[in-house]
Amino acid sequence: MYVLKDNFSTYVEGFLGTLQLTFYSSLLALALGFLMASFRVAPVGSLRVFGTVWVTVLRNTPLTLLFFAVLLGLPRFGLVLPFQVFAVLALGCYTSAFICEALRSGINTVPRGQGEAARSLGMNFGQTLHLVVLPQAFRSVIPPVGSTLIALAKNSAIAGAFSVTELLGTYKTINELGYNIVWTFVWIAVGYLIITLAISALFNVLERRYGVAR
Amino acid sequence: MTEATALYDLPGPRTRRRHAVYAVLSTVVILALLAWICYLLFDTGQFAYTKWMPFEYKGIQRLLLRGLGNTLRAFALAAVLSLALGGLLAAGRLSDHRPVRWAATLVVEFFRAMPVLVMIFFIFVALKAQPLTALVAGLTLYNGSVLAEVFRTGVDAVERGQREAAFALGMRKTQVMAYVLVPQAVRAMLPTIISQLVVALKDTSLGYLITYEEFLHAGKLIASNLDYDLPFIPVVMVISPIYIGMCMLLSWFARWVSRREQRSPKTEAVAVTTAEYGTLLPGGEPPTAPRP
Repeated sequence: MYVLKDNFSTYVEGFLGTLQLTFYSSLLALALGFLMASFRVAPVGSLRVFGTVWVTVLRNTPLTLLFFAVLLGLPRFGLVLPFQVFAVLALGCYTSAFICEALRSGINTVPRGQGEAARSLGMNFGQTLHLVVLPQAFRSVIPPVGSTLIALAKNSAIAGAFSVTELLGTYKTINELGYNIVWTFVWIAVGYLIITLAISALFNVLERRYGVAR
Repeated sequence: MTEATALYDLPGPRTRRRHAVYAVLSTVVILALLAWICYLLFDTGQFAYTKWMPFEYKGIQRLLLRGLGNTLRAFALAAVLSLALGGLLAAGRLSDHRPVRWAATLVVEFFRAMPVLVMIFFIFVALKAQPLTALVAGLTLYNGSVLAEVFRTGVDAVERGQREAAFALGMRKTQVMAYVLVPQAVRAMLPTIISQLVVALKDTSLGYLITYEEFLHAGKLIASNLDYDLPFIPVVMVISPIYIGMCMLLSWFARWVSRREQRSPKTEAVAVTTAEYGTLLPGGEPPTAPRP
């Protein structure tokens, strides 16, 4: 039980590291995912191909390989950034493929007649998108996006193995000080549970407020 | 055009011209991007002979193949064991006895909520297991729990009449499960099960982090060799197509099974899940079968 009390600052540092990693990669994943989803539903063929290749490749890449390639490979091109930024890049790009698919299937759930009705009312493309299609798509993508972000938080553990300050990585420091290894991991597990449960609670609130009435 | 989305009307002549302009512009941008990447690769000398030399040696080819073999072995073990564990936990969750049900639910929920890497590290560091054991055990616990949920939702999704008819014929609950519900559920959930196995295949690369000598580990050994001028990018260019190819093959198989099952008359009583890619992100909520 003393493990937590004695190493509280280490744990907090790791916890905040994971939180930061999750937050920034979520932002990147949401932005990139939105961009790729708009590419994939675009009426322009080359953009559709680009989106499809992006999604197919990233979905089938093991995240460890992606980390390996980004953290150790990009510096070879003379691109030297802090490891944390690289980790955010890798996690964000990987997750963006899944976000993209969630958003795309959300847009596809909007019935065709909605768009037709909007256009026949004289709305232009921007209005159709902002006032009719996106609000309806948004309601149905809340649960899948939530579970994708939970998975992102869990995947961030891999970054710890590539020397990014992060919750799982704290076990090394604490282990070297000779503390009970089982309790060390128990508190790490609790930390991850707090983060995943918080995201899940957040999306439950969103779902209740904006979700599709079932 | 994309299939029926609400976003666009059928394009008229002017819109078609505009789209053609966009198409040309975006193609140019994408090609420029690719050219820039190629330029960077050449500029930093990634195609120099010394960097690609190692792949000519028999010893290194054997090292890579051994790594690939180890990856596939870990995958096979993890797949078989997690299917078994999944079946067991699903049986527990569907049990009529409340304590069994609670225990199984607790186990499933806990292991689904934990990052798989935390479990692997725990088994590796705290229980001092061999790398292969730790990797397979971690993957089994995680994927087994997810598969348990898949099996359970599959069984729940079989039409109620099937269960009632079976009971009315005088079958015992084990018989109802074994002869009526499970065969239909497994057939319907097969695409999802295979999709989950793709996750397991991808996650075998986590073995790299606990020094299990798998494919990525072999690549790392070659990449950090000074004799070949640290051939890092060449290694990534060799390894990633193989990884991605294996995963794509398995996902393609899942889609093929799903198309086949949707046509099969044997799965009439339960809706077949489409092998959706969205469920492939490890750690997301388990896919649920749509209720008929």
